[in-house]
Amino acid sequence: MKKILAVDDSASMRQMVGFTLKNAGYDVTEAKDGQEALDVARDAEFDVIISDVNMPNMDGIELVRNLRTLPQFKFTPILMLTTESGTNKKGEGKAAGATGWIVKPFNPEQLLTVIKKVAR
Amino acid sequence: MSIDLSQFYEVFIDESFEGLETMESELLNLSPGDVDSEIINNIFRAAHSIKGGSGTFGFNAIANFTHVIETLLDEIRNGERELAANHVDLMLKSIDCLRNMLRSIQNNDEQESQEANTLRVQFEAILEQKNTTDDSNTSNSDAVATQPESNGVASKQTKIQITNFFEIKFNPESHVFKTGNEPLFIFEDLAEHGELSVEANIKGIPELDNLVADDCYLGWTINLDTTSDEETVKSVFEWVEDDAEIEIKLVAQFEDEIEVESELDEIEASKHEPSLTESSTSVDLASATPATTPESLPTDNSKQNDSATSDPVKAEFRPVQKASTDNKKEPTKQESSSIRVGTDKVDSLINMVGELVITQAMLNELGEDEQIDHAKLLALREGLAQLAHNTRDLQENVMRIRMLPISFVFSRFPRLVRDISQKLDKKVDLVLKGEGTELDKTVMEKISDPMVHLIRNSLDHGLETTPERLAAGKSEAGKVILNAYHQGGNIIIEIIDDGRGLNTEKIRSKAIENGLITEESVLSNQEINELIFKPGFSTADEVSDISGRGVGMDVVKRNINALNGTVEVVSEPNKGSTFTIRLPLTLAILDGQLVKVGNHIYIIPLVSIVESLQIDMSKVNSVGGGMDVLRLRDDYIPILRMHQLFNHPEACQKLQGGLLVVVESDNEKVGLLVDELLAQQQFVIKSLEENYKKVDGISGATILGSGSVSLIIDISSVVKMAGLKRAGHVGLDFDKPLSEAV
Amino acid sequence: MNEVLSTSQLGNDDNVDLVQYLTFMMDDEEYGIEILSVQEIRGWESMTSIPNSEEYVKGVINLRGTVVPVVDLRIRFNLSKFDYNELTVIIIVKVMIDKKTKIMGIVVDAVSDVYNIEKQKAKKAPDIGDSETKNYIEGLINVGDKMVVLLDLEKVLLI
Repeated sequence: MKKILAVDDSASMRQMVGFTLKNAGYDVTEAKDGQEALDVARDAEFDVIISDVNMPNMDGIELVRNLRTLPQFKFTPILMLTTESGTNKKGEGKAAGATGWIVKPFNPEQLLTVIKKVAR
Repeated sequence: MSIDLSQFYEVFIDESFEGLETMESELLNLSPGDVDSEIINNIFRAAHSIKGGSGTFGFNAIANFTHVIETLLDEIRNGERELAANHVDLMLKSIDCLRNMLRSIQNNDEQESQEANTLRVQFEAILEQKNTTDDSNTSNSDAVATQPESNGVASKQTKIQITNFFEIKFNPESHVFKTGNEPLFIFEDLAEHGELSVEANIKGIPELDNLVADDCYLGWTINLDTTSDEETVKSVFEWVEDDAEIEIKLVAQFEDEIEVESELDEIEASKHEPSLTESSTSVDLASATPATTPESLPTDNSKQNDSATSDPVKAEFRPVQKASTDNKKEPTKQESSSIRVGTDKVDSLINMVGELVITQAMLNELGEDEQIDHAKLLALREGLAQLAHNTRDLQENVMRIRMLPISFVFSRFPRLVRDISQKLDKKVDLVLKGEGTELDKTVMEKISDPMVHLIRNSLDHGLETTPERLAAGKSEAGKVILNAYHQGGNIIIEIIDDGRGLNTEKIRSKAIENGLITEESVLSNQEINELIFKPGFSTADEVSDISGRGVGMDVVKRNINALNGTVEVVSEPNKGSTFTIRLPLTLAILDGQLVKVGNHIYIIPLVSIVESLQIDMSKVNSVGGGMDVLRLRDDYIPILRMHQLFNHPEACQKLQGGLLVVVESDNEKVGLLVDELLAQQQFVIKSLEENYKKVDGISGATILGSGSVSLIIDISSVVKMAGLKRAGHVGLDFDKPLSEAV
Repeated sequence: MNEVLSTSQLGNDDNVDLVQYLTFMMDDEEYGIEILSVQEIRGWESMTSIPNSEEYVKGVINLRGTVVPVVDLRIRFNLSKFDYNELTVIIIVKVMIDKKTKIMGIVVDAVSDVYNIEKQKAKKAPDIGDSETKNYIEGLINVGDKMVVLLDLEKVLLI
């Protein structure tokens, strides 16, 4: 079973993402901000990481940057959940090492389509 | 698979309300010109989450509206725009508006809000001011949260099937693997769009010694035979477009006549018999179908035609959204009845119940013994004492479940104070103390309005205008302190201002004018001040927008009394006033005094008892109409014979030596004549109305240790029953109708 | 609402509808109430009187933590008073009053029987006697050679 780490400070988004992925047969771990995600990830392995950008304590960009320094996440797909229309946040995420992004708003089906793209 | 999004609505709405609260309190912390980036970030994040969630869960009106707020915040955050006072005002208004929109969702109402549209126009006007139009364009297009893809719809209508042949050069930079992207996945995605062949370019591969295992040295040339357009093909490379050299060239295009509802096979077939439209493309065609290459990928038939597969998928999307709007009702119903409880409270309850079970087991064991000797009797008593202790603890902890910190009420006041002080043009510092003090949720809900009224009163009447303050040698800004703390089984809430204090003379003359007291009445300043709680009393020279308008202190007092609470005022000229509200922590429990009237046992709420005494006939005067009054120090206390009011003829009728419980209600003292004082204890309040009806003089019932029912006396109702008429001095004015709050 | 309901039930509906009634005695008269509204039957117990209540409200009792008012039906029906004895019972009933479900008790001389009654065969109460009491009556019916007065509890307990 593919393992996914879902990071979002919004409980409803976290639940939605978690529920959708679990329903589709993924093993999902949830974290409420970058710091918590990093703490969880340090001693674990995930096949895909999905993270919001704007979060307290540690934002998504910082999280990607930190994850990429961990050997087990060197090549792991990391997707950013973003509402930014401009390219600067995407660019920042890419520069930090993000694989791609999912633009909010999205629905569960769209989420799964994107996840299938990277978790195969 | 379709997932019912409505299951997340309740969480979304809860967290959005929390987010709005954060935004509000942080906005109030902001001062224009001196912007703390952390505060702006917090506000932005909250707005951002609301926008993201609302868009995802299909609340587009909220998403669209939040988008402009977010855009403004983002510009301020990035230093592109300076925070102005009108920004804060506008955002505060938007918060109110968003709250209403969220409530509409809860009530399953239309979430479109005229107000939101008006506010949005104002935001857009601000955004236009500095930034060029393209920014507002993105705001509009991005904000509309409808499903973005619209390709394929047109192709379904048309009878012309277009097949494109693309040649794609894809040369990723060496670090591409480190972004988590995998070229192979990209090829697989392309294969979903049509027939694909891929050729690897191995020129870049260095000598083995120089080869870095993590780097990518390959480039690819891809030929794609597809019905998808260039944009769609390009979107496959979206994630790597900054990390690779990508060149997409349309080398050929074919048009085929096809039927609109044609089967997939036919489309497939037509594609293989291309008819050339432009002769010039014929040369390119040859290169577009290259020979086998080492890396050519097998294509999956079922995935081959994108326009055929994407339509059913989209059709699936729509019902999801529809279902979500249909189910909006559910969260509302749950919302009002649910309560969030800290896990520490639940844990402590679990512990208590554990102890209770142990005690029960111990008692059980003792009970099984056929013979109880002295030692066992002692053990039994010990067990019972322990049981009593456990039960009390358990009860207290269960009560705590309903307790919430008063910050839930306090948090709305910074905004209130800001709005009012702006209107009054007064500078006000609001200080909140003891925000963590807990009280029952129900009490909390009911104390909010009286507090709003008292705070308004302090700001409007209590605090002076700035010139007045400066003239009085006070600081420019007035101070209002809200303080909460526990005292015994009560919560005390103080509203303290450092304003001018109550004008005792003015209150007195007004009270005489209104006939509340006479010229001859001798009253202490404190007693005069308390007159402001009398029905119909209003000291404002003119009815102001802020306080006044008929809703007087009497209503405040009545509402607080209805919660078994009291309100008092202490004031010192030029130093300020302190309003003190005292409330029971919960409405479910009552500290009461058991009294006996004839054969009947009643309960008098302890909070209203002033004292109990034995009647000394030398101090009793009859004032006619069957009414006796007792002189108690400076007061004349009307004596209410409970046996008469409750029609218990068997009770003691004599006044001489009779027991009088002096109680206070609506600021008036009366004495209740009873036969006997019994124990004082805590009672769990039971409703009498639930299965019966409202009874004059009774506020509820409780069950005594014996298992029988006892009724709780409603002091203010009893006073009304007694039909006390004005008797020429303050303290007996009960005939004025209580004006209703408007 | 009640009016409409009861007349339609008494009307010429062709279906044979058997409804179970619990009957009790008062002054040698047998009264019936729908058994579905009966929660339990308790012996007489002392109760807490309610100040200034109507005479027929005997007071309130503690029914496992719920405060339940008790109505003496003899007094409600203006029958002669009767000393409570070991046969006196309190029937606890659940009724809809003013769209709210209420639990109340009624004091009767003694519980009598349970009958299956064809409601359609019930006759309207004759237009004589105490008009107030008549309001409480849903209908009269013969069971064997006895006559049973079927009560409209909601009206009886609208107090």
